[in-house]
Amino acid sequence: MSTVKDSVSTPENALLAGQATPSLGEYMRTYLVRVRSGDIGSLPIILGLIVIAVIFQSLNENFLSARNFVNLIVQMAGITTIAIGVVYVLLLGEIDLSIGYVSAVSAVIMTLLLREPGGWPWYLAIGVALLAAAGIGLVQGLIVTNFQLPSFVVTLAGLLVWSGAVLILIGGGGTVIIQDKVVIGIANYFLPSVWGWGVAVVAVAWFALSQAMQVHSRRQRGVSTRPLSIVTFQIIGVAILIIGVVYVANQDRGVPFVGIILLIFLAWFTFLATRTKFARYVYGVGGNKEAARRAGIAVERIRVEVFMISSIMAGMGGIVLGSRLRSVDTAAGGGNLLLNSIAAAVIGGTSLFGGSGRVASAFLGALVIATVENGMGLLGLSAGVKFVITGLVLLVAVLVDAISRRGRAQSGIG
Amino acid sequence: MSETTPNVAGPPPLLELKGVSKNFGAVQALLKVDFQVRVGEVMALVGDNGAGKSTLIKGVAGIYTFNEGEIYFDSRRVAINGPRDSAALGIEVVYQDLALADNLDVVANMFLGRERIEKLWRLDEVSMEQACVETLDSLSVTTLRSVRRAVAGLSGGQRQAIAVAKAVMWNSRLVILDEPTAALGVAQTRQVLDLVKRLAERGLAVVLISHNLHDVFEVADCITVLRLGQKVAEFVARQTTQQEIVHAITAGQVQHVPGMEVAS
Repeated sequence: MSTVKDSVSTPENALLAGQATPSLGEYMRTYLVRVRSGDIGSLPIILGLIVIAVIFQSLNENFLSARNFVNLIVQMAGITTIAIGVVYVLLLGEIDLSIGYVSAVSAVIMTLLLREPGGWPWYLAIGVALLAAAGIGLVQGLIVTNFQLPSFVVTLAGLLVWSGAVLILIGGGGTVIIQDKVVIGIANYFLPSVWGWGVAVVAVAWFALSQAMQVHSRRQRGVSTRPLSIVTFQIIGVAILIIGVVYVANQDRGVPFVGIILLIFLAWFTFLATRTKFARYVYGVGGNKEAARRAGIAVERIRVEVFMISSIMAGMGGIVLGSRLRSVDTAAGGGNLLLNSIAAAVIGGTSLFGGSGRVASAFLGALVIATVENGMGLLGLSAGVKFVITGLVLLVAVLVDAISRRGRAQSGIG
Repeated sequence: MSETTPNVAGPPPLLELKGVSKNFGAVQALLKVDFQVRVGEVMALVGDNGAGKSTLIKGVAGIYTFNEGEIYFDSRRVAINGPRDSAALGIEVVYQDLALADNLDVVANMFLGRERIEKLWRLDEVSMEQACVETLDSLSVTTLRSVRRAVAGLSGGQRQAIAVAKAVMWNSRLVILDEPTAALGVAQTRQVLDLVKRLAERGLAVVLISHNLHDVFEVADCITVLRLGQKVAEFVARQTTQQEIVHAITAGQVQHVPGMEVAS
């Protein structure tokens, strides 16, 4: 309270007094009240991850090994990338069922362009592949908005069309091998340990700096902010997490290059979804489309842009998956890739009804799914058992969300 | 029933509609309606359900475009083809359903569509928060604990206050309030009516839509009555009675019969 300018925290004015910086005790009390009333954020998923890890470790001691940890990062990369796009679509209260095969179309286009002889350089091939994905998103978005069709139906049609396109593009061969070293390196290159540490230092410093600057600017201008002790805890927490990841990864092959890509995605798309005008519009349209329209927001344009983000992220994910397998075949984009990607966003806490969710939920959800698959793979369980368990995890996540939402509604936190 | 034209001496109308019509397919929602409101004046717009009140204000707000008729603002002929056009003129509407996004906090709602940006495309949250607090403070809204709470958790009165504050924050010149007291208790209705008077005293033109004639007579300077999509009368509030208004609402003579274009 005392750190804020006096003119702002006059006790006579209840509204303005509420804007003052709370003490650590007040902040924690508010947080506990929120948790008790059901506003639990990422708490259940982190507890869930711990439970899953304990179970698998007790069943197979290789689960928590450095080698498996590095594998896990590589395994979750594709789904995570695609799920980031899903988060945006879900924020609008829409759905995109075409992402699985759009990812495959992108991967196939890239692979065909790279094919020797006369192959294109990797950057052009990837660029064209992503442009194609963006074009698909544009077309699907325009159809949804211009004809006011449900995105479910339009992207379901997209699912069929693009699965066919994959088969046509690959042709008789069935499998196209990727030989370009850079493209293969996306998911198969591991940073030397010195570089790993370098990235860790940059990431921690960047996070700390951005947090400090935010708090500083808010304090200077006299609006409420988090207590300094909480901000310090958060920075230390992130530092321990990143250093821990790099340390463990360095015990094995090192930090996967794709892990760095994920980190950049996380930072950029979180920024895009929290600090920009675009973010406000996406949440506004997802929360109350009519209110957004009356506020003069170009609702249909936002929707088209989000479908483009979804397709582009699917394309990126497809390239990551192709790189990991070092080839693209006719099965690409099929299986449960689509459902796992949507499940990842939902398990992470993004609502299917629009207006609520975070980019980080794509990471947490994908981590859960990859962990379950990886753990059951180690145990040598059959595909059937894997599906059943993954489905139950999804169900539990949605139930926890529904129960916490009921708590929120009752306590009026919203 | 003769039409009473108010002979209020004063400035020319800030907003004037001449012969506006709007139809939705076969349904004629508005037919050749004239309407005007002056600066510093509260113009009440009354009428039964389906009389065309909401259609009229949505046309002014740019949600719909009128099929025919002319709009004058500040004595200049203007075209309103979207919410941005009316906002640019300084017209703000507080809708009955308040048009707030429940998942966004108070600051985000008040600045929705008009966010302030600082360098690197970032939202200028601090300055928006400050402006929001200032505006709410100037309207004596003190029951709010934090402007960073999601609107979903606020009471009806608080939500109404946010919606009104949102409308007046933009140096607006004409504020249209659609049934602002409909869902409120006695004390909160009192506050909102005081607020309406204060808006007119500030030099804004105010259009108030209400079913509650008691509220209307308390704050309105003039009263326009719509019936079946047509304007049947316009009164000066202190020269008329509730009875006369009720009669106009329920039995006012309509001048045009749709499909039979014969002026009476």
